Amino acid sequence: MSVPLNILFWIIVVPGTVVLGLVACWIVRKVSALVQWRVGPPLCQPLYDIMKLMGKEILVPQDAQRTVFMAAPLVGLTGVLLLSIMLWRITVTQTSFVGDIIVAIYLMVLPSLALILGSSASASPHAAVGTSREMKLVMGYELSLVLAFIVVIIKMGRLVGAGLVEPGLQLSLAEIAKQTPVFSISGMLAFLVALLCVQAKLGFVPFDMAEAETELGSGILMEYSGALLAVWKVMQAVMLVALPLFLVVVFLGGFGTTGWPLVWGIGKYVLIVVLLILIKNTNPRLRIDQAMKFFWFYCGITLVAAIILATIGNYYGIGWL
Amino acid sequence: MSWKIWSLKKSPWVFHVNTGACNNCDIEIVNLLTPKFDVERFGIKLVGSPRHADALLVTGVATAQAAPRLREVYRQTPKPCVVFCIGACACGKGIFTTGYHVVGPVDKIIREIDPNAIIAYVPGCPPKPEAMISGVVKALSAL
Repeated sequence: MSVPLNILFWIIVVPGTVVLGLVACWIVRKVSALVQWRVGPPLCQPLYDIMKLMGKEILVPQDAQRTVFMAAPLVGLTGVLLLSIMLWRITVTQTSFVGDIIVAIYLMVLPSLALILGSSASASPHAAVGTSREMKLVMGYELSLVLAFIVVIIKMGRLVGAGLVEPGLQLSLAEIAKQTPVFSISGMLAFLVALLCVQAKLGFVPFDMAEAETELGSGILMEYSGALLAVWKVMQAVMLVALPLFLVVVFLGGFGTTGWPLVWGIGKYVLIVVLLILIKNTNPRLRIDQAMKFFWFYCGITLVAAIILATIGNYYGIGWL
Repeated sequence: MSWKIWSLKKSPWVFHVNTGACNNCDIEIVNLLTPKFDVERFGIKLVGSPRHADALLVTGVATAQAAPRLREVYRQTPKPCVVFCIGACACGKGIFTTGYHVVGPVDKIIREIDPNAIIAYVPGCPPKPEAMISGVVKALSAL
């Protein structure tokens, strides 16, 4: 990539990601509306919402920890924007460093952590219930998500053994993006579990018990208003870009920047988003204990099976296992 | 018209406050949010917290129990916001005018704490969803 093009790319990457996120937000609302036999909102609706929230008064509860309450949305947004910048860098310039998958896993926890911090600083009983649910949910899905990535890393180990990938680089996303682990039994299992973990990370039904509009009155976000709420909404919109993109990079063989690989990459992204929306619209909300049991017990067993399969596959050199 | 008001008209989020209604108006409000009328076309969304709301849909006569809560909910709604009195009870006092427990109507309670509040009235017992849409349109175009 030439230098001016490179500079231009890094200038537009953050606003571009936010715009893509708002479009993805609209897709979620529109497809949900179509599933429910409605017309749905216009294309710019997420933009109008953000604009309106920016223009409104910011109310801070009397007993709240002001600093943490105001800083938490910015921390969350920063984390998820950093994650998306990392992913665009891998996709567009094909460069990465050893172990960036670990950095990405940490950055992915940051939004949930910021939500927990912000809502527990707001001194609201509804937010407190939401916080405790969000904490339990994070503990639930984080284990499954990391195990799912470990399956991919184990599968990369076979390529290191065969001399196709340099030792150490099996931990770098740019190398992982060149493989498609989903075309194997263990990779498929890991992908399905990771998809459900992303569903929980995005706070979509059936894992929206932390926000729970009908019982907690939007739980963790309850006390936020005005521009701070707008930052949370932007964060959720950017997560809608970053997390499916991360799944595409890790499991589905990444994104191209030109020609058919680009079209194919967009197709993969849309496929994941549509899967998420369909899961969202066809399931009722789980209780928190059901969700934890689901992630630790059922997903845990699935992933242990996937890890065993991947290890056996490595040992005997069977690619499809 | 400033961009704040313009965007407020494009996405009014509503919060439903029941101040002692008989549930008839509430059913009609829920009816308004069903796929038949699909108000999400206009960006109207039901939210769970008054801090997210731009419009309060108030039903009921404002009883002695509910009036302090109504004031508190109004204070917690970020401004600019609009109050909609939905139904005959919220607009006047309806058939409960002489009730011992009635301190309303709703607009009086709201004006006590904010004389400049923007209040719209949708009469009816209960008002039809079409009437509510018409009320929302009129109130927003008067902003």
